Amino acid sequence: MPGNNPAMLQNSDIFEADAVIYDLEDAVAVTQKDSARILISQFLKSSKKPFPMEIVVRINGLDTDYYMDDLNMVVSDKIDTIMLPKARVETLIELDKILSRIEEEKHLTKKIGVIPIIELAISVLEINQIVTLPRVNGVLLGAEDLSSDLEVARTKKGDEILHPRMCIAVACAAYKIDSIDTPFTDTNDDIGLKEDCRFVSSIGFTSKAAIHPNQVPTINEIFVPSRKNIEWALRVEAAAKLADEKGLGVFSLDGKMVDKPVMDRANKILKKARNYNLI
Amino acid sequence: MMKNSLMRNVPENYNPYVSSDDYKSKKRVLIDKKATNSTVEYLESYSDLFDKLNITDGMTLSFHHHLRNGDFVFNAVCQEIKNRGLKNMKLAPSSIFPNNQCLVELIESGAVTDIYTDYANGPVAECISKGKLKGEFLMHTHGGRPMVIESGAIKIDVAILGVPTVDKKGNGTGKIGKSACGSLGYAESDVTYAKKVVFVTDNLVDTLDDYQLDGKYCDYVLKVDAIGDPNGIVSGTTKITKDPVGLKIARMTAKLLDEFGVIKDGVSMQTGAGGTSLAVAHYVKNIMQERGIKGSFASGGITGYFTDMLEEGLFEELYDVQCFDLKAVQSTLKNTTHHVMSGSRYANCFDDNVVDKLDFVILGATEIDTSFNVNVTTDSHGKIMGGSGGHSDTAHGANITVITTNLIKSHMPIIKESVTTVTTPGADVDVLVTERGIAINPLRTDLIEKVKDSKLPIVTIEKLLETAHEITGVPQKIERSKEAVGYVVYRDGTVIDTIYKID
Repeated sequence: MPGNNPAMLQNSDIFEADAVIYDLEDAVAVTQKDSARILISQFLKSSKKPFPMEIVVRINGLDTDYYMDDLNMVVSDKIDTIMLPKARVETLIELDKILSRIEEEKHLTKKIGVIPIIELAISVLEINQIVTLPRVNGVLLGAEDLSSDLEVARTKKGDEILHPRMCIAVACAAYKIDSIDTPFTDTNDDIGLKEDCRFVSSIGFTSKAAIHPNQVPTINEIFVPSRKNIEWALRVEAAAKLADEKGLGVFSLDGKMVDKPVMDRANKILKKARNYNLI
Repeated sequence: MMKNSLMRNVPENYNPYVSSDDYKSKKRVLIDKKATNSTVEYLESYSDLFDKLNITDGMTLSFHHHLRNGDFVFNAVCQEIKNRGLKNMKLAPSSIFPNNQCLVELIESGAVTDIYTDYANGPVAECISKGKLKGEFLMHTHGGRPMVIESGAIKIDVAILGVPTVDKKGNGTGKIGKSACGSLGYAESDVTYAKKVVFVTDNLVDTLDDYQLDGKYCDYVLKVDAIGDPNGIVSGTTKITKDPVGLKIARMTAKLLDEFGVIKDGVSMQTGAGGTSLAVAHYVKNIMQERGIKGSFASGGITGYFTDMLEEGLFEELYDVQCFDLKAVQSTLKNTTHHVMSGSRYANCFDDNVVDKLDFVILGATEIDTSFNVNVTTDSHGKIMGGSGGHSDTAHGANITVITTNLIKSHMPIIKESVTTVTTPGADVDVLVTERGIAINPLRTDLIEKVKDSKLPIVTIEKLLETAHEITGVPQKIERSKEAVGYVVYRDGTVIDTIYKID
């Protein structure tokens, strides 16, 4: 959400997104940067209750003149994560140092996380290192700028970003952090959005960024566990409990062997379903 | 002044509101229907109309609002009142819109002293709010207006009604003609009970087989170049909101209705024409389509969205008192199960009305208080900006009345401890759905029981008020004048609240 829009900020907690990204970068004109920083920090300061979602602020890149003012103004216990555009290994290391200094100066009680945006070809090559860096708790694919860097046309189908998507999904899965797919930019094409969500979910992405609040229900519909999967997982859980009482390590359900990987999958589904208040 | 049962100040010389069911203890009063004719007389001009009908000081003239913001007839009559220097005229338009600004001058000069209407918005409403009307200002409901006309509580001397097409016998329809507006439901009581009836038309035809207004009551026909501007008559294509807050409210509302168990075969419903209301219809439609549910009817002001649902077989019938867009107008012509109806059939508490058969209605609110009383008549400063229309009629008739609104609008909480003006009593309002939670009226223990295990954010209305105050702070109380400028008349003819003067 643009950080300089008070009405949008006021309603940012109602759309059932897991995280809200308040933007100081591309959505905010150069002349509005100061007012956006003030608005975001005052809005967060004035809220009396904890927000039901993760609070992320997208700052300006470390190659600009704005990022330091962004960080000095918005970093507080009220935010969870900084999102860094055009992230690379070296800029993420630099950001970690700056955040450590600010956290100390402001006596923060929490450690601020970082979500790098992968929007340079070189960052795709660095992804396996990026996911190991301190504070990195998720990775967002920024397909628009990445296509520009690759000098290829951005398409709805997304063949041009298939490789980066695969790289990010695997790297994030390996280090158990969130893989966040690039936004689907046509806000009027709900069917296209749904297809895009289904595809990236099938290759291992755990989430997707929304460019408009109206996209959130569709994204949630795909990324939260389906009723069918929840029912299966509940049956696995019940069967596992029964097997445990009988002292069985391995058991079968519907004629299929249930071992640890299957139980882990069921537990993940149930954890997610409980987080989303689905059971 | 005295207090009515809602502890609202109401004048001694009117019957105070008791309860929304109190009409059941009363008998329907019907004056004689007007004299009928076998022929009609043609008029030359509005001036000729005033001459032939001998319109003089103090008479009551009535109008309908089906031509809405494009209406030329009401304004032309106002101009003639001015030209003739008439005084103390009483006007009974079913609604007043911003394009009726010419009435302001007549109010200020004393040419018009009394107004009876169901809705007022724009310069005339502001003028009345400022206390410039010298006589009586009563705001009825769409069901209450036919009731006060048929009972003689309001006696209409001449009904001057814009009718898009009239035949030589004086039969009238709104379905065809260059100024077609579809249903003429709000005109029917005027036609039946006014002492004299004039149809003003811009499309005179030899004969009509299908008509809504019966020519036997028509005394005069005035043919003019245009009775209205089509651009103002229909509001274009009404559309579902794209506002994410409105859509969230609509999704929650549809889910709640589903959990109440009302979305099932035979369901009947009504929504307003606003974007959020239509979005509720959209999500309900999705549920109906997924499960192969067929509803019985939808009613009220009809939009193209509902005519689509009719044509897709999702409803058996539409009952239409007023068309909101061109698609609805066209549907009245081509769909035999799209019925036009009178305001009395729609919502008169003494008639076999449609609103009593509704399973649910989706309504809006300018303010709602912790007793679930709703204000759609004035803003929070007390300025008139609307009126009941069918709000309190449908709220009473429908089994479930849902108010959908943003919790905060223009940085102000919509929930108050006490609304500025009561339009619809809280006893008839069952549910409030906002983007930050749902409140169910504690009187509806049956509904509360149905959703006791729901995962929807159901809280008390007091909790929603607290949430709003956490965001906006507690608004300062607005000091209001004690000078009355008009009264809100409930559908049974009792006074439910007083409208006060603003600066």
